[in-house]
Amino acid sequence: MSYLAHNTKFVPTGFRKVLYLNWPVIILLSAVACAGFIMLYSVAGGSPDPWMEPQVKRFILGLVLMIGVGMVPIWFWRNVAGVAFGVSVMLLVAVELFGAIGMGAQRWIDLGFMRLQPSELTKITLVMFLAAYYDWLPTNKTSHPLWVALPVVFILVPTALVLKQPDLGTALLLLMGGGAVMFLAGVHWAYFATVIGAGVGTVYAVFLSRGTPWQLLKDYQFRRIDTFLDPGNDPLGAGYHITQAKIALGSGGWTGRGFMQGTQSRLNFLPEKHTDFIFTTLAEEFGFVGAFSLLVLYILIIVFCVASAMNNKDRFSSLLTLGIAMTFFLFFSVNMAMVMGLAPVVGVPLPLVSYGGSAMLVLLVAFGLVQSAHVHKPR
Amino acid sequence: MKRPVRDLEQSSRRIGRRALLLGSAQLGVAAALGLRMRSMQVEQADQFRLLAEENRINIRLLPPARGLIFDRNGIPLAENEQNYRVVMVREDAGDVDEVLARLQDIVALDPANIERAREDMRKLSSFVPVIIADRLLWEDVAKININAPALPGVSAEVGLSRRYPYGADVGHVVGYVGPVSDYDLSRIDDQDPLLQIPKFQIGKTGVENKLEHTLRGSAGTKRIEVNALGRVMRELDRQEGVAGKDIQLGLDERLQSYAQARMDGESSGAVVIDLQTGDLRAIASAPSFDPNLFVRGISVKDWTDLNENKYRPLAAKAVQGAYPPGSTFKMVTGLAALNAGVISPEETVYCRGYTVVAGTRFHCWKRAGHGNVNFHDSLKYSCDCYYYEVAQRIGIDKMAEMARTLGIGVKHDLPLSAISTGLAPDKQWKLEVRGEDWRIGDTVNAAIGQGYVLASPLQLAIMTARIATGRVVTPRLVKSVDGVEEPSGIGEPLDINENMLRRCRASMNAVINEKRGTGARAKVITAGYEMAGKTGTSQVRRITAEERARGVISNDDLPWERRDHALFVCFAPVDNPKFAVAVVVEHGGGGSTAASPIARDIMLQALYDGPPPLDAYPSADRARIEEQQARIAQRITQIKPAQDRV
Repeated sequence: MSYLAHNTKFVPTGFRKVLYLNWPVIILLSAVACAGFIMLYSVAGGSPDPWMEPQVKRFILGLVLMIGVGMVPIWFWRNVAGVAFGVSVMLLVAVELFGAIGMGAQRWIDLGFMRLQPSELTKITLVMFLAAYYDWLPTNKTSHPLWVALPVVFILVPTALVLKQPDLGTALLLLMGGGAVMFLAGVHWAYFATVIGAGVGTVYAVFLSRGTPWQLLKDYQFRRIDTFLDPGNDPLGAGYHITQAKIALGSGGWTGRGFMQGTQSRLNFLPEKHTDFIFTTLAEEFGFVGAFSLLVLYILIIVFCVASAMNNKDRFSSLLTLGIAMTFFLFFSVNMAMVMGLAPVVGVPLPLVSYGGSAMLVLLVAFGLVQSAHVHKPR
Repeated sequence: MKRPVRDLEQSSRRIGRRALLLGSAQLGVAAALGLRMRSMQVEQADQFRLLAEENRINIRLLPPARGLIFDRNGIPLAENEQNYRVVMVREDAGDVDEVLARLQDIVALDPANIERAREDMRKLSSFVPVIIADRLLWEDVAKININAPALPGVSAEVGLSRRYPYGADVGHVVGYVGPVSDYDLSRIDDQDPLLQIPKFQIGKTGVENKLEHTLRGSAGTKRIEVNALGRVMRELDRQEGVAGKDIQLGLDERLQSYAQARMDGESSGAVVIDLQTGDLRAIASAPSFDPNLFVRGISVKDWTDLNENKYRPLAAKAVQGAYPPGSTFKMVTGLAALNAGVISPEETVYCRGYTVVAGTRFHCWKRAGHGNVNFHDSLKYSCDCYYYEVAQRIGIDKMAEMARTLGIGVKHDLPLSAISTGLAPDKQWKLEVRGEDWRIGDTVNAAIGQGYVLASPLQLAIMTARIATGRVVTPRLVKSVDGVEEPSGIGEPLDINENMLRRCRASMNAVINEKRGTGARAKVITAGYEMAGKTGTSQVRRITAEERARGVISNDDLPWERRDHALFVCFAPVDNPKFAVAVVVEHGGGGSTAASPIARDIMLQALYDGPPPLDAYPSADRARIEEQQARIAQRITQIKPAQDRV
């Protein structure tokens, strides 16, 4: 009960908690969501149907949930972290089984009013659980091999399940989010250096072996990797989407083509224009000014979260806040890099902007945890 | 579990350090993203903007209206008619089969076209209009429009297609258009983007082909916005093309149709030259073909019929045919001799029915011989021996030179598909082409337009025109382009002694208008309309000595393709020539019997600018002529309405 070790007399109670919420983060999140509403209105050809209206409703619901979660004391969340993680892993397994029975890649569970993707949930519960784990673990054991191996297993189990769906984007996010929490908790440098070194070495060896008698992959596998890494090689196939996305983005210029004037999205040259590729529409219609402003909003959210975490002496709170910020960062940076042609196309939505219910709700609940940590920090 | 405060503070500091580190890494990544945005949206913006425009904007060509072709009186010979077609858009139609069935109830449709349309609709995107039927009647279009509510997705479109109102009468001259083929593209060096339009119509033969660039015009453009599937969203702007220029020919459609009708049933060619301008008033070749058949895409049956006809309808005999000119060549031989002074006009040559040259007998057409003949009589009676004699005196090279001066053996530059050069042979030609030395017998044959000499009806008409006017008459087919008159075809005086030319004309007058002249059958009674001319009969077979001894087989007893060609050239009126006419009837028999009546009828038609009065003809001919005129008038009126269908 490390929380009790702090002086708790300044922790606000009752509705006074509202005053102690991290309001800048709430305002920034709302601003980003509003940008999303505008874009969803635009890509629907100037209509709140079919995307903007449900998105607004879900955002309001999410906002209420976020504040609700933020009101609940942080120690409660730490105590349920293990259960939450266990449940989300079980849900992943369940989806895997039902998906197999349904003869398709089913990634979600129907809750009636929304479809919940356990993989979305797992991103948050994993961070939560690892934060709780490192709060529980005495700091001097952090870098002990046994105590390092345990969280690695915690990360790899859901990662493997998600990868099997297959959802490469989420798998990468889980891996990197989890790794970030371990890094923040103070696991020794050497572990990370080894893993990164081994990874780079393996990739290098694989590519070096190409064309030699002892090559490690089959030729067609290499070709698949080529297309994956550089879709431009295949402009009418896999590369078509990314090429069109780049054209849309680049043609925006400084100030963009104007609201609802983006030809690439209006004339359907863009793929997935309301989900994964919504950033290209924004960049096309509002130009560099609009796109860069959105990036700044995202960065400000991260900055406020990091500031909140560094002002929080509670170990669980800090790790949780930083872990969620990192996950959030991975979301938008991978999405932006993807649509700008810097990263391969993996299905990662732009947080709070892309159309999608469960991702937004889960994200807002996660920020509710950040709020809870902020409100209940030891003063 | 209790934790010392010192431990907590240490942990907090470590988290802070690592958070800063990770935060910096995040900022670094964010900076990279920002830079990438800048590079794409600011530095490469123009390039991407261009790509976006290329994506969305398609440029469609607007084919210009093709220039029209008129005759000298403004009668359209080639025009653009509105062509109605029915198109169907699958996505608007809903149940395609149902709509097609209803459409078939309303108008008769070719099942083969329907099948092809179904196929197209299966293959193409659902919004692409597919042509169901082409060249519909206006009544059918009206029916479809009335029933539009029952025919979702079906609409009628209007396009332009080429039509030749006078059909076969001008087929050889005007030619026809057809869709541009890969063969055309490989053959012509033309960068015009219009040619890339599928099925774009270009001139394939005749004036349509030779004056393609004048008639075609230049393309307009239409910029349209399309979406990713290629669906047209809207038209951004359009720039109309320049329509092709109209062409007026020197041709007289009524005279042309008359000539075609007059020669109906023969395999022949006739050319009428206007001696005031050089205009080709008629270039008739019989039989002819209907160019409209080719525009629509000729059927195998029609094509086979045209090709297997022994009269060769596809050959433009008036300009393309090359025939031994026979006695019509005697003016060339005679003028060459007179002009060179090897014989005086009054000097006589004795004709005993044959001449022996280098051991070979060359016969005069009259076995008994003509006795003493001077130049005038030689032409009037068409005595062969006279020409055998003068030809030997002057030699082939001088004769060939005279032939070329008069337009034979020279290629005349006309915008027609196949122009025969004919042949005015000389020693050098024989050596070069045949690799043999010229022999005196060749000269003797050439003297009467046999042997190697070849001329087209056009060349014979030019020869006659030049003799009649004494000037270099250049035939003119195109009278004006876009209202701008072409230069006249009447040129400098010929390099021939005018006195000799006058004698030649007088002798040609005698051929027709003096007693016992060979062309007396072509006599015109009306004063001031008299014709001068020359008959010609050219052999296409060799008459052996044995046959000659037995008696030459009459043309009537020979199969068609072995009969003599009948030729006739003339000009009129004698004292003030207005027209020159040349007629060649393939395997027609004698020039005086087969060719001269045709030439006279065409000439009178030209002189009177319509059907001549019967009293222009000798009284003996009038009954026959009256009947013939009625027949021809009927034929002309019969053909016209049939072709006037929309």
